[in-house]
Amino acid sequence: MTIDRATALDLYRVMRTIRSFEERSTQLFGENKIWGTIHSYAGEEAIAAGVCAHLRDDDWITSTHRGHGHCIAKGADLGKMFAELLGRETGYCRGRGGSMHIADTSKGNLGANGIVGGGIPIATGAALTAQQLGTDQVAVSFFGDGAANQGTFHESLNLAAIWKLPVIYVCENNQYAESLPVKRAFAVENIAVRASGYGMPGVRVDGRDVRAVHEAAREAVARARSGKGPTLLVADSYRHEGHYYGDPRKYQTKDEIEGWRKRFDPIADARAWIVADRLAGVADLDAIDLSVVGEIDRAVAWAEEGPPASPIKLPDDVYAT
Amino acid sequence: MPPKTDTTAEPTPGAGGHSPPTREMFYSEALNEALRLEMERDERVIVIGEDIAEHGGAFQVTAGLLDRFGPTRIRQTPISEIGIVGAAVGAALTGLRPIVELMYVDFSGLAMDQVVNQAAQNRFMFGGQARVPMVLRTQGGSGRGNAAQHSKSLEAWFAHVAGLKLVMPATPADAKGLLTAAIRDDNPVIFLEHKLLYRTKGAVPEGEHVVPLGQADIKREGTDLTIVTWSREVLFALEAAGRLAELGIAAEVVDVRTLVPLDKGALLASVRKTHRLLVVHEAIKRAGYGAEIAAMIAEEAFDELDAPPKRLAGLDTPIPYAQHLEKSVVPQVEDIVAAAKELVG
Repeated sequence: MTIDRATALDLYRVMRTIRSFEERSTQLFGENKIWGTIHSYAGEEAIAAGVCAHLRDDDWITSTHRGHGHCIAKGADLGKMFAELLGRETGYCRGRGGSMHIADTSKGNLGANGIVGGGIPIATGAALTAQQLGTDQVAVSFFGDGAANQGTFHESLNLAAIWKLPVIYVCENNQYAESLPVKRAFAVENIAVRASGYGMPGVRVDGRDVRAVHEAAREAVARARSGKGPTLLVADSYRHEGHYYGDPRKYQTKDEIEGWRKRFDPIADARAWIVADRLAGVADLDAIDLSVVGEIDRAVAWAEEGPPASPIKLPDDVYAT
Repeated sequence: MPPKTDTTAEPTPGAGGHSPPTREMFYSEALNEALRLEMERDERVIVIGEDIAEHGGAFQVTAGLLDRFGPTRIRQTPISEIGIVGAAVGAALTGLRPIVELMYVDFSGLAMDQVVNQAAQNRFMFGGQARVPMVLRTQGGSGRGNAAQHSKSLEAWFAHVAGLKLVMPATPADAKGLLTAAIRDDNPVIFLEHKLLYRTKGAVPEGEHVVPLGQADIKREGTDLTIVTWSREVLFALEAAGRLAELGIAAEVVDVRTLVPLDKGALLASVRKTHRLLVVHEAIKRAGYGAEIAAMIAEEAFDELDAPPKRLAGLDTPIPYAQHLEKSVVPQVEDIVAAAKELVG
């Protein structure tokens, strides 16, 4: 598989932005500036970056409680994301949603979701809209291995298959549903085999390799866009952090965590192959890192300047008028 | 069965000639007509649900629509309640105006996450970024021997969720007008029909007929007590009011029609006139919507009341099967008469 310099650097930049966003969020949480709960996407960046590279602004995604990465990869404004986490009026949801409900409908992001598997039927419905109105838009549902055991997974994949809907189901197998390891949650080793039960292609990729995700997603998106129907794409991955910020991770050993973190880092991998393939030099990559940190700094500064979300008009947002 | 078209149109009596002509039709036909007219008016309107195509829906509400609009707009599904409702949420968020038919309200538990955590809250959670213009049509109620899993009245579940609207029409005319308004509304609307109303008949305005959400209707005027009710119990209350009149008691029957938003003004005005409140519903009494109405009246018009507000509602049991048992757990006409006499006496 070949990938050009521009694409490689775009993918790298998106992944680095997600990682930096998560690092800064964690820091802000530690400073008690963010409250509630946040779920870090660190380690899984290659999936959101590789898939969303094929999407247009008018394509739709549904995301998860671990949704910062999808939001960023779909083109969200970092300042408005931080503002949301900080409970500001200038946040994406004006402080009503927080980390687990960030949405950016202007970019087709139909929202993070606090319910495991909650976004799967919604993406299916978005694909129904595209089919019904005869557009070539597609929908992508991101969800974890945990959601693959919800009833919504079964019902939605079946509906999409019988109707040939333009939707891509992206299962991010990060090895744990909260604390339950996949080995104890699935009797099959490869989640992608479930696709054959619905009559759609099931593709398993290495979620550490953004090139592999990018390639598999290209095919799945093209298939959906051309009216050939849905695909289940399963990306094997690993989350570097706990389920949520502050998770004591009693279900994992220190050795496992450290070993995986070293072995499984899509960003370190990308640096290595980008340099080895002579697509860019170390200095180019370092420059991107520096630029991303600057962008994050400016986004946080902008967010912190925003006024606290106002409670005055809360009831006005319940119903559309 | 397709909508009847051969009935003679007749003007609404006493309407000064300005009201549109009406036609006698079944409640199910009135709903069918609303669906057909709205689908003709707006191509974004689709119907999605089980057995709604050739079969015409379990209660024949979508009869004939497949032939008129084809299988993509009359989108028949496998038995997948949460998949169907969730797809409707996603479709509504992205530009369609889907109408879901769930065969029985008792099945809504299977779909409840998409109703409560998604449809109802998306707009709020997203800070106003989204609209979810969908209607969830389903039916409930007892009286057909369908027993506990097919006979409940679950309006209180939905009324307790911020972000939903809740409609329960009692007459064919209201069924048509309220469904039209629900389809045009930009919010998720729960539209609860009653299985024993489908074969009731009434005069229904021809052509476009919109009954705005949030307006109660005084179905019979009176001065001695206010009976507030909805859905099938409206018919029972009207019959009871007739018997009460023979006893010299003038009962006013207020059909709330829309439980959310509730037309508080109409209810308060009626109670200020009659000074007595009887709330009647088929759903079980405990934490039923009648408690909300009684509490609202007590809070806002306590000084107007000549007697404590009274609730007449279903027993706190599942709906039993045998005909006489089934009748015994929900308010019947004679129960309303007795409760009204007690309240006035």
